[in-house]
Amino acid sequence: MLATPFLECKQLSKRYGDSTVVENLSFAIHPGECLGVIGPNGAGKTTTLRMCLGLTAPDSGSVQAFGLNMPFDAHAIKAQLGVVSQFDSLDPDFTCAENLMVYGRYFRMKSADIRARIPELLEFAALSHKASAKPGQLSGGMRRRLGLARALINDPRLLLLDEPTTGLDPQARHLMWERLQQLMQKGKSILLTTHFMDEAERLCDRLLVIDHGKKIAEGPPRALIKEHLESDVIEVYGGDATALSQGPLRALAQRVEVSGETVFFYTHSAGPLLQALATDHTIRTLHRPANLEDLFLKLTGRQIREEG
Amino acid sequence: MMRWWPVFLRNLLVWRKLAIPSLVGNIAEPLMWLVAFGYGFGALVGTVQLGGEQVPYILFLASGSICMSAMQAATFEALYSAFSRMHVQKTWDSIMNAPIGLRDVLLAEMLWAAFKSLFTVTAILGVVFALGIARTPLMLLGLPILLLTGVTFSCIALIFNALAKGYDFFTYYFTLFLTPMMFLSGVFFPRDSLPAVLRHVSDWLPLTQAVELVRPLFQGHWPANAYEHLAVLALYAVVAWRIALKLTQRRFRN
Repeated sequence: MLATPFLECKQLSKRYGDSTVVENLSFAIHPGECLGVIGPNGAGKTTTLRMCLGLTAPDSGSVQAFGLNMPFDAHAIKAQLGVVSQFDSLDPDFTCAENLMVYGRYFRMKSADIRARIPELLEFAALSHKASAKPGQLSGGMRRRLGLARALINDPRLLLLDEPTTGLDPQARHLMWERLQQLMQKGKSILLTTHFMDEAERLCDRLLVIDHGKKIAEGPPRALIKEHLESDVIEVYGGDATALSQGPLRALAQRVEVSGETVFFYTHSAGPLLQALATDHTIRTLHRPANLEDLFLKLTGRQIREEG
Repeated sequence: MMRWWPVFLRNLLVWRKLAIPSLVGNIAEPLMWLVAFGYGFGALVGTVQLGGEQVPYILFLASGSICMSAMQAATFEALYSAFSRMHVQKTWDSIMNAPIGLRDVLLAEMLWAAFKSLFTVTAILGVVFALGIARTPLMLLGLPILLLTGVTFSCIALIFNALAKGYDFFTYYFTLFLTPMMFLSGVFFPRDSLPAVLRHVSDWLPLTQAVELVRPLFQGHWPANAYEHLAVLALYAVVAWRIALKLTQRRFRN
């Protein structure tokens, strides 16, 4: 039997006027687990997080955390949470160290206790040399890491991270991943939303795929890929690639998709298809294993969302 | 449970970094008003007839404009500064991710704006005393009244803060409410000279209550109908606070 979940949402629903943003959504995060919530823009990820924090009241359903109920025990729950929101909400008038100091006071921590934690947190955020700099003088990656350090001030058991690496360059993103992995090794639980499938695959033990406010898949990343997809993908483009999707090669793949000028062949055995494609020198091919991005696109579709 | 206190302290710490220029503004500005209008205009006007008493115009103006300053200081803080913390910097959102609720954040903003106005009027009071415009111990009783005035106008301003889509919206509040109120509340000239209809409106304006309380104290005597004026001012504060809280909660529900 699993340990009691840190956070459990049961049949959450939220409507704004005529549109249902979250519908009958249930999920749980267990101690030590990293749960990734993925879904297109407007799928209801941020609204779900807000309901977990008691900032938005669900129309129906319940949120429980650490054996307490939202929103009645909101303060007691939030005392054990660390939150990094999507937008930058650092205090521009304070230095990095002061940002941590001021934030610690919101948790009713003693000034001396906060002061003792600041060097360690700044080091964790790779910002020891920027203790006296203001957020305006920091790069995007530094600001995001300061936001993470700030969320750790109260030594939370569970972290809620809303798109922690959106807008960061690869170096900053890798550093953020490294830090999040360190936190997981220390036993922190994490709920994170992301648009990056490599991030979800790398960090998360389990994924929750939501679209139009509904859960459409849930499970460990590799298992989901195996369950929903063929093992191999062959992308074909250039020449008259799109015509191939209607031709005899179609029979060699389990599934064929066309997106723009590129044809995607999904297959369990790539050999025969690659052989057949090799005879056509006008086209280019890319053979790779199926990944989370394929899964995501299969489940949520390739068309751009209006909200996106 | 003083959950609002760390939020108040946050604003205080930010302000402390800018305290010197802010202090200069708080003293220099009213000083210029008093000198330019009080002495310049006062030379033309001489004294003002108030309830059978001849009051030097500069005393009349100083006691009225200190109320106006309390109103303006609280209003600016609870409109522009609170709005930038709430909407632009998302400071409120980050605070509410910690164990502090919206009500406490709003309460902290209200008390902070009131405190800032108290700071401003204390500086002006010092100037009034230093220039010898008024020198009576009763002036000190003006401070709690001006604090209440600050509270009332913070609460009212927070209503407009909750409704605002952007800074431009505040222009309506200033132009349609505050500026007319300044002229109708007896800050610059006695309310006796107003037409009867306006006089009746004026009787119920929040700023009028403050002026009617503070001016006699500056003259060195106890105000007439003090409790009625206090009650009206406090009623404005309570009603405005409730409206501001409801509207802010509605704004944050989505």
